[in-house]
Amino acid sequence: MATKTVKTGTPARLTFWEKLYLPEIARGMGLTLKQMFQPKFTREYPEERYEPVGSYRGRPVLVQEDYGERCVACGLCSRVCPALAIEVQAAETTKEKERYPSLFEINMLRCIFCGFCEEVCPEEAIVMSKDYELVFEHPEDAIFGKDKLLVPVSKLQDRLEFLRQYKNQR
Amino acid sequence: MSLIDVIILVVKILVVLHIFLIGAAYVVLLERKESAWIQNRVGPNRTGWRGSLQSFADVLKLVLKEDIVPSQANYAFHTLAPIISIAIAVAVWMVVPFADPFTIGGKEIVPTVAPDLNVSLLLLLALSSLGVYGITLAGWASNSKYSLLGGLRSAAQMISYELSMGLALIGMMLCVGTLNITQIVDAQAGTWLGILPRWNIFVQPLGFLIFLVAAFAETNRAPFDLAEAEPELVGGFHTEYTGLKFGLFFLAEYGNVILMSAVMSTLFFGGYHFPWVENLPFFKEHDVLRALLQFSALFIKTLFFIFFFIWVRWSIPRFRYDQLMNLGWRVMFPLALANTVITAIVVALLK
Repeated sequence: MATKTVKTGTPARLTFWEKLYLPEIARGMGLTLKQMFQPKFTREYPEERYEPVGSYRGRPVLVQEDYGERCVACGLCSRVCPALAIEVQAAETTKEKERYPSLFEINMLRCIFCGFCEEVCPEEAIVMSKDYELVFEHPEDAIFGKDKLLVPVSKLQDRLEFLRQYKNQR
Repeated sequence: MSLIDVIILVVKILVVLHIFLIGAAYVVLLERKESAWIQNRVGPNRTGWRGSLQSFADVLKLVLKEDIVPSQANYAFHTLAPIISIAIAVAVWMVVPFADPFTIGGKEIVPTVAPDLNVSLLLLLALSSLGVYGITLAGWASNSKYSLLGGLRSAAQMISYELSMGLALIGMMLCVGTLNITQIVDAQAGTWLGILPRWNIFVQPLGFLIFLVAAFAETNRAPFDLAEAEPELVGGFHTEYTGLKFGLFFLAEYGNVILMSAVMSTLFFGGYHFPWVENLPFFKEHDVLRALLQFSALFIKTLFFIFFFIWVRWSIPRFRYDQLMNLGWRVMFPLALANTVITAIVVALLK
């Protein structure tokens, strides 16, 4: 069997002008100067906000229909949450939807935005919204109750559309 | 020296000191903005109008930081090193001339802190050589292997390039015939054939090039900034410095940049002379206005060189230490020697 000789590339000898290095410096500096007049890539936050797409996992919110929240306080999201951030307390009501959460709290300092609660929910009552701007001045402010978690369903159409298209096939 | 002379001297010193301090702080901002623009981003633009108050924010931050000294370090030397650096960086400004002399109220004022010294060029070189002490002392006093290495590398680099710097200046001095900086600047007034200004760069282009490279090495600026590059030695000689002491080193480095820019403009680019405008008869009468014009000319030239320093920093990769020493001793030094010899021969022949 014939062996194949491979010739490795030998570096070319530098020309006189290249060894002088000064013309190369001048070329490099011309390039840098040209870059100064190119458009800048900085996003001037907070004047220019980033608006995420439908697949973005922001903070979890409770979907609010016109009859109230969709949530039936089954407790699945609380069980599946890896960070143990959700606390649910069920209560009974005489309306058509008999169960509702009397207490629904998410500790945003524990939430890791994984989306498991959204995946496991049988009612599609909790979804990941597009909200990423969370600022607290005290740690007590970070425990979001139902008042901060309820969002009308009209505002969550992007996420619901994404879920319908990609995740609810099974 | 009468009282009025002392007052004028004190005013000159205060003006130069303030120009240095505020200038150094603003060069920091200029560097951040210019390096940002080269990298397709905007620099600081939130403090003040388009970021103009950022320098004050930086200095305030450094002043308010805790002063940490390593426990086994020599406290006296640790404190002395930045003081030496900044003292030298400020002291060299006494020989830089800012404008032609002008008269106010019958009293002639020469806008240089130490005017008409016959050895001012030598003083400039000698004082900038003292800057090595600050850096070496900082490296030693930090009681850390890496700071010591960084300090020694920095010191070796600085003294290697001082040689070429001195020789380049000797070539220039042979052409002009004097060490007196005021006379060197005066020799660059006027024009040849009415068009080309009599700047020393046209007389000594190779000397200017050598001086330029040596100036980059003297100030520890890229591409010669091995001693303080982050991936190399963290901070080099100023790793163990925090707060105001670090602020002083920082200020001294940028002060050296401004100084080298001003010296380059003074010695090779005509100093404060504004080539075609300043000989108009209007300015001969109003000499205060002429002084202001000349000061702005020096300011513009210095600003261009500061821009050039920052521009080069972001364009050229860093030299490795052996490449640096090779360049200093085996390329720059023979070139500077050759430049001096050829200049001497030509000057002797033209006499």
